[in-house]
Amino acid sequence: MTLLPLSRSERWPILRDALAVGVATGAYGISFGAVAVSSGLSVLQACALSLLMFTGASQFAFVGVIAAGGAPVSGALAAILLGTRNALYGLRLAPLLAWTGLRRLGAAHVLIDESTAMSLNRASQPAARLGFVSTGLAVFVLWNAATLAGALAGTAISDPRTYGLDAAVGAAFLALLWPRLASRRNQVVAVLAAAVALGLVPFTAAGVPVLAAAGVALLAGLLTRPVVEH
Amino acid sequence: MWLAILAAALGCYALKLAGLSLPHRVLANPVAERIADFIPVALLAALIAVQVWSSGPSLTIDARTAALAFAVAALLLRAPFLVVVIGAAVVAALIRMA
Repeated sequence: MTLLPLSRSERWPILRDALAVGVATGAYGISFGAVAVSSGLSVLQACALSLLMFTGASQFAFVGVIAAGGAPVSGALAAILLGTRNALYGLRLAPLLAWTGLRRLGAAHVLIDESTAMSLNRASQPAARLGFVSTGLAVFVLWNAATLAGALAGTAISDPRTYGLDAAVGAAFLALLWPRLASRRNQVVAVLAAAVALGLVPFTAAGVPVLAAAGVALLAGLLTRPVVEH
Repeated sequence: MWLAILAAALGCYALKLAGLSLPHRVLANPVAERIADFIPVALLAALIAVQVWSSGPSLTIDARTAALAFAVAALLLRAPFLVVVIGAAVVAALIRMA
């Protein structure tokens, strides 16, 4: 790991990639904003989630539980459970970024899938830091702008069912899940979790089935043997 | 609702900061890592199932199932996110109009 500062020609591709990733995730932001308000949140609440929580899957989970009629506390628990993977990203990034104090506090807020991915593969610490910060900030700005735009568009639609917005939520979750379905054991966990959740729907308060599905992850983690996965 | 939003935001931030701050050995045991890998898979799968096949306390199959089928096909064809999501919405809306 070298600590040499980056030249201009090394900086540019990193910044360009960061902007591209930011624009791509902006698309998710628009659908998040629209889905959030059609789930019953206000525009301000949708924007608060993007500004303060700022981790897409958790935000979608929160509004998904609310949309299904779940209590806000169930939505919060689902969001926090989905946020656990960010802690693992942090573990991998900590030695690479090696920030302390206020910088670490700031970096933590933009610690998400995208900033992690754009930082882990760098050859030097300055490159890793630049990839992390530029991607984190690009996604933050565009994700929040897109959330506002999507939320405003969503309020213009009186019944979300008219335009199939309720159906878009399932598709959005599937798109988030898709890359993880490559391994056989993840496929099994997904099917079991879905079955557990559906089995509980008639008997429990809304929101509980989703949280109970986390038990499948717990059991799977305890019962499976470590194998080499790619 | 606001309280839940703020609490969840705080919880998510705490998890991010914990990852950057805790010594590696605290969370780096294989079982904890496997569980943390499985959690998003299980939760997202459960969210999909509940979102698509339930209405209140009852299980249903309706236009949302067709929308999900479209999403699967679109993802198999490596369509971009917006195509998957908007296409699914359009499929559901069209079926309901018919």
